[in-house]
Amino acid sequence: MAEQSNAPKPDGAALVDIYRRMLRVERNDDAIRKTIRRGRLTMPYYSARGQEVIPATIGHLLNDEDQICTIYRGIQDMVAKDMPLRPLWAEIAGRVDGTCKGKGGPMHLTYPEMGIMVTTGIVGSSMPIANGLGWAAQLDGSKRVVVAFFGDGASNIGAFHEALNLASLWKLPVIFVCPNNGYGEHTSYNLATSVDKISTRAISYNMPGFTLDGNDPDDMYAHMSVAIERARAGEGPTLLECKTFRFLGHVLGDDDFYIPKEEKEAAIAKDPLPALRARLVAEGHANEEQLSKMQADLEAEIADAEEFGMNSPLPSVDELRRDVFAEEIAA
Amino acid sequence: MSGIQKMNGIQAINAAMVEAMEADPKVLVLGEDIADPQGGGVTGTMRGLSTQFGEHRVRTTPISEQAIIGAAIGAAMAGYKPVAEIMLMNFTTVAMDMIFNHAAKLRFMSGGQTSVPITIRTLTGAGWQTAGQHSDHLEGWFAHSAGIKVVCPSNPADMKGLLMSCIQDPDPCIFVENGMTLFAPGDVADDQGPIPLGKANVMVEGSDLTIISWSGQILRCQMALAGLAEAGISAELIDLRTISPWDKEAVLASVAKTGRALVVHEAVRNFGPGAEIASTISEELFGQLKAPVKRLGGAYCAVPFAKVLEDAFVPQPDDIIAAAKSLMG
Ligand SMILES: Cc1ncc(C[n+]2csc(CCOP(=O)(O)OP(=O)(O)O)c2C)c(N)n1
Ligand SMILES: [Mg+2]
Repeated sequence: MAEQSNAPKPDGAALVDIYRRMLRVERNDDAIRKTIRRGRLTMPYYSARGQEVIPATIGHLLNDEDQICTIYRGIQDMVAKDMPLRPLWAEIAGRVDGTCKGKGGPMHLTYPEMGIMVTTGIVGSSMPIANGLGWAAQLDGSKRVVVAFFGDGASNIGAFHEALNLASLWKLPVIFVCPNNGYGEHTSYNLATSVDKISTRAISYNMPGFTLDGNDPDDMYAHMSVAIERARAGEGPTLLECKTFRFLGHVLGDDDFYIPKEEKEAAIAKDPLPALRARLVAEGHANEEQLSKMQADLEAEIADAEEFGMNSPLPSVDELRRDVFAEEIAA
Repeated sequence: MSGIQKMNGIQAINAAMVEAMEADPKVLVLGEDIADPQGGGVTGTMRGLSTQFGEHRVRTTPISEQAIIGAAIGAAMAGYKPVAEIMLMNFTTVAMDMIFNHAAKLRFMSGGQTSVPITIRTLTGAGWQTAGQHSDHLEGWFAHSAGIKVVCPSNPADMKGLLMSCIQDPDPCIFVENGMTLFAPGDVADDQGPIPLGKANVMVEGSDLTIISWSGQILRCQMALAGLAEAGISAELIDLRTISPWDKEAVLASVAKTGRALVVHEAVRNFGPGAEIASTISEELFGQLKAPVKRLGGAYCAVPFAKVLEDAFVPQPDDIIAAAKSLMG
């Protein structure tokens, strides 16, 4: 599809916006890691460094009312959807101004105002719930679409198979996006997955499935545009397997002993972030000065969010009795 | 003037569904074999709904319990009120992640930004010789999970009224139908409306001891009452109706009056819901008790097949009578 001349292509402005979103993800990731290392934040952290093209392109193509269900590694998906950073930082700091009042934390950020509906720490569980949101969109007669993010490892869990079957059967406006980073925790793709490509599993469920270069904005843009179009038109779901790599292992502190050195070095040599920056300049879509200003603006936004989050008050222990049910539990 | 109809639980639940779906276009139904062409659900409880309300609101699903509950959760988060049928309670086990990690917890974990007003209807109970994977009373599992309400009705009027409340409740509810009580007829008022969750029903008043039970065991407790009366024991029978949140006030008020308590349930006795109730009574009323609180529950084994074993697994009226007499000292 991407090879065809009529495949949707990002124009210069789109590429600049995709880059801005990538940089927002990467700068924010950098700030979170630094803050954890300085001992200011204590939290489990699953960096998505290296995978930025996927959420950035999707963030560019989705509307505010479109919804996502994502996973513990999904902070990238929210930041790329332009979620405000102050409530994000307050949440990862466990403070009252956090999106979830400090009760969800980094693995469960939620922000329905911008369609960030569920962040799950359970492998595979984003998908069945995305179906329900898609079913609601269908019943509402709305054009909104739902993106379910999940890892390559998650394509081996039952929820994936049940969800794809139902989505196809009911022609739900759901796009199943799998950043395939080659590993699930410490186990490589080949040791865990019976097929060469996850996208071939789409055949079993009678839906279009594609394997693409998740680090290539053109490839991502082309496939995602078509998938969104298809979902909005009521033609049903699509499975996109987006090949990528996570530079920093499974969880912060992971020493990568299970990844061959050459594999990691080769991936880092093809870091998609500087690659797109160089391309923007080479193709004349932006100049160095503009890109430096973009970066400085993002860093200022992130620094402000960090200070806001770290200075937000701690939640009251009364929160243990709130939001269990709609009605507060008596003390 | 509104009258009273004799009907069984299937008809009462169906009546609740029709009223709920007529009143609120956001109410949806999904599950295996749920639409009319497939029979309206495993016991025909949903019969007529897809014909009246359309198959977009009443959808037959594949045999995919995670996908069923996931679809219900997502639709609920987007403003719908799905009623999902899980054919039998043992099959909730393959959807436990969706129920326990997601439906029950998302309101709390999102700080109240999202909510999951789903109702899971499911059927269970020994007595049909369906053995170890089709009969378990697992209400204790769900009651142990913060964020989901657990409702175990015992008679048709309660089935109608409590189901209406579950559907309108802003939080997830699991509504447990018991095979013994589902087919037993009872009186249901034409204007039977919602019955509040978390409120017990004092079915029979008495002065010597309080029997606390629910679901199918209510029928066996009722049978035991005659024997107890013959022995000159005046038992108060409380149908708890909702297991979580449970009506502590009603139970404690009754036991404060009688000074003796017996909890009877079909769920396995070990770590069963009776332990929570018994220990609460002991903590709150220690000085006023005339005897230690007693529990009867299912045996600690899989529900067996052979009739003689299945009967022995479940507390029977004679067991209840013996336990009550032992409390009288
Ligand atoms: C049901 C379940 N099993 C195991 C885990 C532990 N776990 C967390 S992440 C992970 C690896 C998942 O890999 P993948 O789906 O490829 O996503 P990635 O982390 O690479 O983004 C595992 C096994 C879990 N969270 N949930
Ligand atoms: Mg992976």
